[in-house]
Amino acid sequence: MDHSQNRPAYLQHHFSDVTQQAESAKLGMWVFLLTEILLFGGLFVAYSIFRSWNPEMFYNAHKYLDVTLGSINTVVLITSSVTMALAIRSMQLGQKQKTLALLWSTLILASVFLVIKYFEYSHKFHLGQLPGKYYTFTGVEGNNPHIFFSIYFVMTGLHGIHVLVGMAVITWMIIKTSRNKFSSEYYTPLELTGLYWHLVDLIWIYLFPLLYLIG
Amino acid sequence: MSTDTHDKSGHHITPLNIYLGIGLTLLVLTAVTITVSFVDLGGWNVVVALIIASIKGSLVALFFMHLLYDKKIYSIVFSMGLLFLSIFIALTMFDTLRRGDIDIIKSEPINKEASIYENMPVPDTTAEHNTDGH
Amino acid sequence: MTSSNSFLQEPKGLKSWLVTLDHKRIGILYLIGISVAFALGGAFALMLRLELLSPAKDFVGPDAYNRLFTLHGAVMIFLFIIPGIPAALGNFVLPLMLGAKDVAFPRLNLTSWYIYIVGMIMALVAIFTGSVDTGWTFYTPYSTQTSGAVVMMTMAAFVLGFSSIFTGLNFLVTIHKLRAPGMTWFKLPLFIWAIYATAIIQILATPVLGITLLLLVLERVLAIGIFDPAMGGDPVLFQHFFWFYSHPAVYIMILPAMGVISELISTFSRKKIFGYKAIAFSSFGIAFISFLVWGHHMFTSGQSELASMIFSFLTFLVAIPSGIKVFNWLATMYKGSISLETPMLWALGFLFLFSIGGLTGMFLGTLATDIHLHDTYFVVAHFHYVMFGGTVMAFFGGLHYWWPKIWGRMYNEFWAKISVLLVFVGFNVTFFTQFIMGAKGMPRRYWTYLDQYTRLHGFSSVGSLIMAVGFAIIAVYLLHSIFKGRKVGANPWGSLTMEWETSSPPPVHNFEKDMVLTHGPYDYDKVIPRDN
Repeated sequence: MDHSQNRPAYLQHHFSDVTQQAESAKLGMWVFLLTEILLFGGLFVAYSIFRSWNPEMFYNAHKYLDVTLGSINTVVLITSSVTMALAIRSMQLGQKQKTLALLWSTLILASVFLVIKYFEYSHKFHLGQLPGKYYTFTGVEGNNPHIFFSIYFVMTGLHGIHVLVGMAVITWMIIKTSRNKFSSEYYTPLELTGLYWHLVDLIWIYLFPLLYLIG
Repeated sequence: MSTDTHDKSGHHITPLNIYLGIGLTLLVLTAVTITVSFVDLGGWNVVVALIIASIKGSLVALFFMHLLYDKKIYSIVFSMGLLFLSIFIALTMFDTLRRGDIDIIKSEPINKEASIYENMPVPDTTAEHNTDGH
Repeated sequence: MTSSNSFLQEPKGLKSWLVTLDHKRIGILYLIGISVAFALGGAFALMLRLELLSPAKDFVGPDAYNRLFTLHGAVMIFLFIIPGIPAALGNFVLPLMLGAKDVAFPRLNLTSWYIYIVGMIMALVAIFTGSVDTGWTFYTPYSTQTSGAVVMMTMAAFVLGFSSIFTGLNFLVTIHKLRAPGMTWFKLPLFIWAIYATAIIQILATPVLGITLLLLVLERVLAIGIFDPAMGGDPVLFQHFFWFYSHPAVYIMILPAMGVISELISTFSRKKIFGYKAIAFSSFGIAFISFLVWGHHMFTSGQSELASMIFSFLTFLVAIPSGIKVFNWLATMYKGSISLETPMLWALGFLFLFSIGGLTGMFLGTLATDIHLHDTYFVVAHFHYVMFGGTVMAFFGGLHYWWPKIWGRMYNEFWAKISVLLVFVGFNVTFFTQFIMGAKGMPRRYWTYLDQYTRLHGFSSVGSLIMAVGFAIIAVYLLHSIFKGRKVGANPWGSLTMEWETSSPPPVHNFEKDMVLTHGPYDYDKVIPRDN
């Protein structure tokens, strides 16, 4: 191509300039987040309908979720969102070491979230509050309490998978950052990772009161 | 905001204090929603919980996800998700919350003298109505 | 780069095709995939019609019949119609029409083809490991209880959904960001508008299919009970979930077809399209309303009467944007100089058949008539008139229209016209008889029937054979033309959209120069198209 002299290495051939490439990537990411909202959306629909049918059962069953652990996890995830946002800010200012430290903090907070989730799950498995046909717990009053736990496991499970995927992507970003792939001019992948991570946080912000704090 | 800075390629850089302030607000709101959940407000508990969650969600979207500073198209994309999710919930609930509503007139003959009833008794619909449902 | 090679010649070798990031080659890869799926789904359909030649067991018994109609539906919908126009034709044409060098995310584009192939293989594995007899709708509770490879087939559809989402995402961003300078929103070809509206539906609806199928798999594996009445769940809820995707999906299938028709009608009438903005906005009208009408598949399911009434009312609204389109196409043809070349014949076929399909949809959207017609051959005939008479006709119209652009060679016009005729006649013989049978009460999805339907079923089966002959001829002359067809220049039809301004077949990077829009896509009143 004739105008190759002022094209940086990260600019793909079919884009005419850097802005076009960055904006395309960002729009693509937002559209992807839209699909994520609707993916979880189906579960929110199921939740609303079953809660509207069985308000008492939902109230009784939710008491078996651990509010303390749930709250700690909320704090952990919000903090990780802050560190993620700051990591991008540091890269905008060209501070590579700071970015790396903040990405590591995000990764560690994410794993703390999953460890706490693991303890919550194993406690429930121990009591026999398993999903579907494996549900054996008899302590909850009301019709079909296993439905509450099925919904709980599917919602938090799908969210947990997203946390796991997020951790993989953050790890990849740590590798790319330490290999000097990003600069204050080009940090689009970092920005997209941030958007994804904030969405994971955002979904948890709704899951927490809907599952743990039924009044 | 006059303190805002931009990087070399013109991207907006959010001041550090805003990120920390928003983070703090989110933590405070979390404490509020936990506290409120232990107060019995009847049906209003879920409303309050959802309002607080939505405030938190908006803060994350506006500041952490930069919707406040970025092009409007991203906000439009984001709100499309919420719009279509509410359509999904609302139209489904027109079914699930209203099943069995008009059972009261079922099996009522439109015309009791119709020839179809000549050789069979007209069904008695006055005795009992099926009024179950959710 | 004065005499650059076409994308077909360079780079060479099978491997260069399998790792290609070129949207034109990916379009051809998709074309191969959907052709295989179309042949497979068609073969299943022929087997169904052969069995229905007489009420006796001619060919297959009830169990095999149930599997055959499930596979016919699942293969045709998930593997052929949904990717058909957008992923195969759209991939090839969309960047060319925009004057772009490629789609926004070429790697994602190739990935979505591979995901499509993985989904196809999973579907084939499901067919050969116990098969599926639930119908393509996978309704619970039957789908959670029947034996067979339901989980594998469900996961196949789940994977294919991802392919569809990625294609939609890619096209949406491409349309937003990669238009040639001067190509403002209202100078876009209407095919692009249609693809844009389609992409919105793909993005908004397909994730819900994903979560639905995921819940179905969990229901089968763990019995989570959400859809199981014995465990406090609700099978009708599954239908809500399923149709929240699958009704908009019907418009994923028909909207791109409408886009193709807008191009064909204007080009072959040599006339500026009538009501450009009305056609463009009606695509969005259809896309939006498509999300509000899913309950019309459930009038007899036991959903609340209130919901049925709301859904019935909203269903009638679809007629408005659809009608706007049909009237605008007719107005475009009015006083145009219409030339009846093969693509235009397919487009005219579309107009006839889609109108019948659309109008019979009104019968089904009416609550009282639907009680009589539900689950009869009337429904089968209705959606074949829309999906086949609409989408498939437009797909072949588009294929014949862009074929010389793809290969630089023209097919045999005589045999092409013969085959349009065979398919059109065969289609009507097959499916018009099904309207009559359905109105007389013939239920769908049975391998046998009462003697009184024998003659109509016989007609219908003969019609399907006529169509099969038509498609066989198409396959032969199209393949022949790739190697032996008459060579054509850049613009054999005299069209004004941008894909005709580059050579046929196009060079690797689509255009020899950076494109700038100089005239609107349908300015036949101002611009005389460059010939060949």
